[in-house]
Amino acid sequence: MAESGGVKMQVENVSVYYGEQVALRNVSLPIVANEILTVFGPAGGGKTSLLRTLNRLNDLNPLARVTGDVFLEGESIYSPGYPVIDLRRRVGMVFDLPVALPMSIFDNVAYGPRLMGVRDRRRLEETVERALRTAAMWDEVKDRLSTSGLGLSGGQQQRLSIARVLALQPEVILLDEPTSGLDPISTAKIEESLRELKRFYTIVISPHNVQQAARIADRAAFFLMGELVEFGTETEVFTRPRDKRTEDYITGRFG
Amino acid sequence: MIAIGRKRSEAIAKALLWGAALLTLAVLIFILIYILQRGLPVLSPGFLLDSPEQMGREGGIFPTIVGTVFLTAVAIAIATPLGIGTAVFLTEYTREGRATRLIRFGTESLSGVPSIIFGLFGFAFFVIFLGLGWSILSGGLTLAAMVLPTIIRTAEEAIRAVPPSYRQVSFALGASRWQTVTRVVLPSALPGIITGVILAIGRSVGETAAVILTAGSSLRVPTSLFSPARTMSVHFYILAREGISLEMAYGTGALLIISVLLVNLAANWLMNRLVLRAEQ
Amino acid sequence: MNKKLRVSQTEVAERAITRGLALIAFSSLSVLALITVFILREGLPVMLNLGIGEFLTGGRWAPSANAFGIMPMILGSVYVTLGALVLGVPLGLSCAVFLVELAPRSVAAALRPAIQLLAGIPSVIYGFWGLTTLVPFIRNTLGGPGLSILAGAIILGIMILPTVIAISEDALRALPRSYKEASFSLGASHWQTIWRVLLPAARSGIVAAVVLGMGRAVGETMAVIMVLGNAVQIPDSILDPARTLTTNIGIEMAYASGDHRAALFATGIVLFLIIMILTGTANLITSRR
Repeated sequence: MAESGGVKMQVENVSVYYGEQVALRNVSLPIVANEILTVFGPAGGGKTSLLRTLNRLNDLNPLARVTGDVFLEGESIYSPGYPVIDLRRRVGMVFDLPVALPMSIFDNVAYGPRLMGVRDRRRLEETVERALRTAAMWDEVKDRLSTSGLGLSGGQQQRLSIARVLALQPEVILLDEPTSGLDPISTAKIEESLRELKRFYTIVISPHNVQQAARIADRAAFFLMGELVEFGTETEVFTRPRDKRTEDYITGRFG
Repeated sequence: MIAIGRKRSEAIAKALLWGAALLTLAVLIFILIYILQRGLPVLSPGFLLDSPEQMGREGGIFPTIVGTVFLTAVAIAIATPLGIGTAVFLTEYTREGRATRLIRFGTESLSGVPSIIFGLFGFAFFVIFLGLGWSILSGGLTLAAMVLPTIIRTAEEAIRAVPPSYRQVSFALGASRWQTVTRVVLPSALPGIITGVILAIGRSVGETAAVILTAGSSLRVPTSLFSPARTMSVHFYILAREGISLEMAYGTGALLIISVLLVNLAANWLMNRLVLRAEQ
Repeated sequence: MNKKLRVSQTEVAERAITRGLALIAFSSLSVLALITVFILREGLPVMLNLGIGEFLTGGRWAPSANAFGIMPMILGSVYVTLGALVLGVPLGLSCAVFLVELAPRSVAAALRPAIQLLAGIPSVIYGFWGLTTLVPFIRNTLGGPGLSILAGAIILGIMILPTVIAISEDALRALPRSYKEASFSLGASHWQTIWRVLLPAARSGIVAAVVLGMGRAVGETMAVIMVLGNAVQIPDSILDPARTLTTNIGIEMAYASGDHRAALFATGIVLFLIIMILTGTANLITSRR
């Protein structure tokens, strides 16, 4: 495992096409272990495409085509025969809209471990509890683990989604605008848990606005129309951006 | 003047539409009441549990109940996995293309084939060619072919109604396609799939032409898959057509209608639950 | 290394599953192929021996004398089906329009399961009901034997209702709202809008409904067998008994053998062909939409 401060994942010359359309243009950047990387920019800029490239979810879209390469711990994840299913366990993903699978809260969180073949009830219980505690929702749901996940509020469902990913004990967590559908209190709770999580995980998040990006980022990458415009530490990008377009965007002049 | 004429023709047209709807409803109610009124008094424990005597003039219809249950069970046991498998393939394992068009053509055409043709086919193929004789197995296989399109269509619709986000989440958690299908997609689509199976049961129970040519019309209680059997529908048909006993025919008809009512109630109940859940 | 091995096993399993499912998915197509093959195998030789023209246009069906002409049955099927359409299509279409345009929620909620139930009632029940109510009624009021084309047409007219209603209802519902709004804003009344805008716009779907209804009527056996009288003759009036392609098979299969049985399969070939043409037409119409 990469040490704190080491490079966890490396994106190299990645372009993504959906049919004729170019969604991401020749992007290269490092993802540093135990940090939060925020990828931000206006809608359609390529943030989601980048996240989906990191755990090969684009494979499921028949129209998508990816060129370039991504390395996880120095190993190319696009090399032939690379274990994709394994990759998705190591690089977990939380989507923009909260999705509770139509099963109990417990089963939602235990879904991933069970896929990996964990049957032992005691072990599953431990994993579920740990994941829910880390996602800061254990106290809210511990008495109704067997009720349907569909009965939770939007904010709870999103933290359930995070817990579900945590239960897989991934190395990297991708979050695609995880708070876009949530109220400010739920958002604050999730940001709070992200700051906790980075001690153990590497996090890549596309925040739903600039303020959030600035609040939680260790490093930030600004995307505009498929192009990586600016990449640097939080202070570099948000206080003294090198590119005029970045400055315009974070000061709210467009987007 | 013109305005009044227009208003009047509008009213007449609407009255006719109401009339059409009420007429349809009336026909249904008339048929149901007609049979039930005469048939319900015939239903008794003896009628349900005794064997027929004198070709069905006396006694009960027990063997035909057993025959119906066996035949339907065989048909459903065969058609359900095939139907669900086809639906899963069409929705989850392939993209629209020549193969799906071909499969759809097969399903659509099959659903239009009349039951007497299924009867001829079952007779030529299962009874004679495969040498299964008039038997529960021949009849069940024929019925399975007949209800297959129903199960495919309803299962496909139900699976398509499962939100794509469920699949996405499942894949992102490292599930394979098959794991996603069996653990998330099919459980979510289950009520819709069961509705299709129930409708298929209804068709199997009511079918006569295809069954009489493939399962025969023996009045003995069937003992194995290879026994010939007579279903309630076939029994009803023979009683009525050969004028054996109107009274027994009404009784059997009433029982058939009750089964169909139960099947429809169950299907409706499930569909409504599905709609309710979708609206939540 | 170990991890990789397990994953490649999953991939092998996935490939096997895909192949298995593809095989299953072709089952309905294979059944269709088997039906075609076996019906042709049993029926075609006798048809060719007699001469296809002779078989189709011959007016005499006398199995004991080895005479197999199915013209009377073709005409019987045509008459009964046309009668069913004359009765069932206007009624079914009206019901569909009523459900889409007029029915209050509660009425629609009652009508819909009723129509579904109408589709679920076994055909023998319809036949029996026709035999015990319609046939005597026709005999007593209009004369003739009662067992007649008219009785068959009425029964089939009822039986095709669910098909006609369901498909034309879908066609009407698929129309964009804007048609109706445009028509209303031009000052058309509700009925004028239905008659001049909605029904013409849903034309292709309605035609498909009629064609599929026709398929059901042509293919129905058990209901008509009980009310049609089944005499092999070219009927003169709708009060005459008749025999259709389906009932020809239904009645005689029980005891036929040899050439006689083969001729019944040949009747099945003609029926199968008609149905395939009808279904194909309906599919063509709906897919072009």
